Amino acid sequence: MGTIVEEPASPKKVNRVGLTQADYKGKPSTLCKGCGHDSISSQLIKAFYEYGVEPYRVAKLSGIGCSSKTPAYFLNRSHGFNAVHGRMPSVATGSVLANRNLVAVGVSGDGDTASIGIGQFVHLLRRNLPIVYIVENNGVYGLTKGQFSATADLGSKLKTGVVNDLPAIDLCSLAIELGATYVARSFAGDPKQVVALLKGAFAHNGTAVLDIISPCVTFNNHEGSTKSYTWGKENEEMLHDLDFIPFFEPIEVDYEEGQTTDVELHDGSHILLKKLNRDYDPRNRRLALDLLIEVREKQQFLTGLLFVDPDEKNFIDLLNLVEEPLATLPLERTRPKKAALDAIMESLK
Amino acid sequence: MSTETLEGEARPDVKPALINDFSIQVATVNGSGSQSSNSVLMRSIFQMGVPVSGKNLFPSNIQGLPTWFTIRANKKGYIARRKEIDLLVAMNPATAREDVASLEAGAAVVYEETLGLGKLRTDLVTYPVPFAELAKEVVEDTRLRKLLTNMIYVGVVGYLLSIDRKEIRTAIEKQFAGKAKAVGLNVKAVDVGFEYAAKHLQVSDTLRVERMNKTAGKILIDGNAAAAIGAMFAGVTVVTWYPITPSSSLVEQLIDYLKDYRIDEATGKATFAVVQAEDELAAIGMVLGASWAGARAMTSTSGPGISLMAEFIGLGYYAEIPAVVWNIQRVGPSTGLPTRTSQGDVLSSFLLSHGDTKHILLFPSSVSECFELASTAFDLAERFQTPVFVMSDLDLGMNVWMSDPFPYPEKPIDRGKVLSASDLEKLGSFARYRDVDGDGIPYRTLPGTNHPLAAYFTRGSGHTADAEYSERATDYVSNLDRLAKKFETARGYVPAPVVESEKDAAVGIIAYGTTDWAIRESRDQLREEADLKTSYLRIRALPFNSELADFVARHQRVYLVEQNRDAQMLQLARLELSSRPELAGLVEKFRSVLHYSGLPIDARFVTEQILAQERES
Repeated sequence: MGTIVEEPASPKKVNRVGLTQADYKGKPSTLCKGCGHDSISSQLIKAFYEYGVEPYRVAKLSGIGCSSKTPAYFLNRSHGFNAVHGRMPSVATGSVLANRNLVAVGVSGDGDTASIGIGQFVHLLRRNLPIVYIVENNGVYGLTKGQFSATADLGSKLKTGVVNDLPAIDLCSLAIELGATYVARSFAGDPKQVVALLKGAFAHNGTAVLDIISPCVTFNNHEGSTKSYTWGKENEEMLHDLDFIPFFEPIEVDYEEGQTTDVELHDGSHILLKKLNRDYDPRNRRLALDLLIEVREKQQFLTGLLFVDPDEKNFIDLLNLVEEPLATLPLERTRPKKAALDAIMESLK
Repeated sequence: MSTETLEGEARPDVKPALINDFSIQVATVNGSGSQSSNSVLMRSIFQMGVPVSGKNLFPSNIQGLPTWFTIRANKKGYIARRKEIDLLVAMNPATAREDVASLEAGAAVVYEETLGLGKLRTDLVTYPVPFAELAKEVVEDTRLRKLLTNMIYVGVVGYLLSIDRKEIRTAIEKQFAGKAKAVGLNVKAVDVGFEYAAKHLQVSDTLRVERMNKTAGKILIDGNAAAAIGAMFAGVTVVTWYPITPSSSLVEQLIDYLKDYRIDEATGKATFAVVQAEDELAAIGMVLGASWAGARAMTSTSGPGISLMAEFIGLGYYAEIPAVVWNIQRVGPSTGLPTRTSQGDVLSSFLLSHGDTKHILLFPSSVSECFELASTAFDLAERFQTPVFVMSDLDLGMNVWMSDPFPYPEKPIDRGKVLSASDLEKLGSFARYRDVDGDGIPYRTLPGTNHPLAAYFTRGSGHTADAEYSERATDYVSNLDRLAKKFETARGYVPAPVVESEKDAAVGIIAYGTTDWAIRESRDQLREEADLKTSYLRIRALPFNSELADFVARHQRVYLVEQNRDAQMLQLARLELSSRPELAGLVEKFRSVLHYSGLPIDARFVTEQILAQERES
């Protein structure tokens, strides 16, 4: 059985809502030891704790697969919903419509998102529903013992030696193209970046897609795989150095003109992108798509915040919903008065 | 010009006068604007105080294919479909010959003069009218002229039936409310038809509308609109759907009503969310997500959509999440006849999804029950934390029915067993799937409940009473047995059957949904024509309650009449009785009457089928 690594924290240390990091824990993981997904669960715990999100406000949603089991392994104090294969987006959409105050976190895998669930995934993107949608991407079906998924790279090899002869679906390009407003790629072996991207996603008010390469230690961690720890560590190129400054902390970082891009997110938090090798502004959709085509052609593994549009209207805005959750509106606000029925009946006479 | 007497032969046999008791069929081309004309004609008769019903027989097509509309006027209030046509309005050249050939002797035909239909048969009353020529008098524009041709026949028929011209005018004003120009043109078209008929047609006095007072205070509405209004007054908050005939008009009308009545006055914001989903999978997924989070959520679909929802419905059953699904049944299997009616989804909806699943089904027979059961469905879904199907059909959903106005719902709604933060504080513990009350129904909490005990994990995989993942045999069995117990509890909550007992009747009839209207009329026919007394039980829900066995026991022969090929409800009734040894003998009493042509069942069919089987017994 795998383990969720917890950051050492002094027993009394609490966050801004008065909770300890232990209050964000989940059940023990039942995934394989060393699974990339467990690392991501650990970063979710850390990010939620540090950002001070109250667990009762979070709804954890998933489909079916190894990745979709993980919502049981973090945030015990949040409601969770393990739905059917590939259909988490619709369940998430319904829950957010019912209660717009929920912080929706969806965890999916490459099979759950890029194959059986691609129909619902693309329509989720199109609606820009406020949700943090994490794809724990390992290129294989783990629970059914190691078949290729639709994100496996062209030419990559299964343990059995079978070579993938179909091109990979690039979830980040798809997400940017179809309307997601916060799109990032990361690596489970890079916890610092994962945490910063997660917090940025919490601060965002639309669909945030995090495509996190998360090695499957049992079925896809061998020579010839392009989703292994070794491959990731050797090939990861960071687009920028990421720093997340939450809205409740002052920005005290001095940065050189032209070297850092400061993106203010919806809730007043900032994400600071320190330039590395490339000049890049993630607020330009066309640039982002061009870049993704380039790295695909060169078979590069580029991580970081690829695209963000903090101001785009989300689905809740479009539906013009009342401020309170629809779920708990009292009957006097959801049942029109008798005069309304009388008027309707009169019109039908 | 006078009524054609054909080729010098004797005048046709003229039927005895049919006052306020006849059927009109209008044959037109889809997309030619005939729907407005037919509504106006039907409403005019209704305004004369005569009970009416309208059945639209339309193709799965936008424009160009044949369509028929039948209006039945009946002073006794029978509103089931009637097969026999007394007056045909033949406006479609493509079907005119076949339409005329299908008439019974003595029927009347209004037709475009140039079609020359009068030569086809000698036993009909024929009224040739030069519609195309007349239309030129109404309007210059050729496109409008086509549409208005159909309003001219309203004038002609109005004259033939002695409908008060003022009533036609009122009906037009209602049909084209707020569009003064359209009202003017349509009134003009009716006048042209009316005056032509008065001047040129010699009316053989067979069909006539006479004023009576059987429609005062009544409304005319289709079942989908009634369901929409019912849902709105039941406090629906999330509606998801994927367009499909014959269900689309339910949500479309609901959207209109919600926009009118469910925008918060203070803020101008909506107290509802409607989402047109990418498919029926997403529609039901959104309903489950929304209901899980506490909304009153519903979707509406038809057979193909129901098939797609199967996997999610199993999740709703097993993870115990409310959902309201309207199934406006059409003819299957597969694409089937998308614009024809059926009761063919009883078994598939009742047992929808893999594994041991069974669901609560409600069967509205009337528009007023569509209104009422819209609310009942939410109460049951939330009380039992499970998907509930409302089994309407195309005939009920898309045709216009006469009804008493719907009463304002005074009853409080039932949101079921939901624990708040303060409940949890008092209780000190919470197990999502524990049978605390012994009725099989557990308690639930909603996401967003601010209490450390509130959270639980919802899953479609095996789970314990504490909602923990489990593959243990004992956990699985106890959970499944509790679900069965919950279903037993539902027997006492679902709408009871409506029973009309006739003293000393040896024959019982069981039916459900829209079959009701044919049964009402057939029972009168059986009594009046064959001196056969019958009792009647109308099923309103599944699971059954004990009245089914009692009713069967009280009769020697019991006919279960339904609109599908495989006697689907009868199979469930047999299963129900044979599962209890002391009742198993009752199944011998069952007889079956099945109608599955895609057209609504009619009383004459039921009467003939029952009498034929009675003769054998």
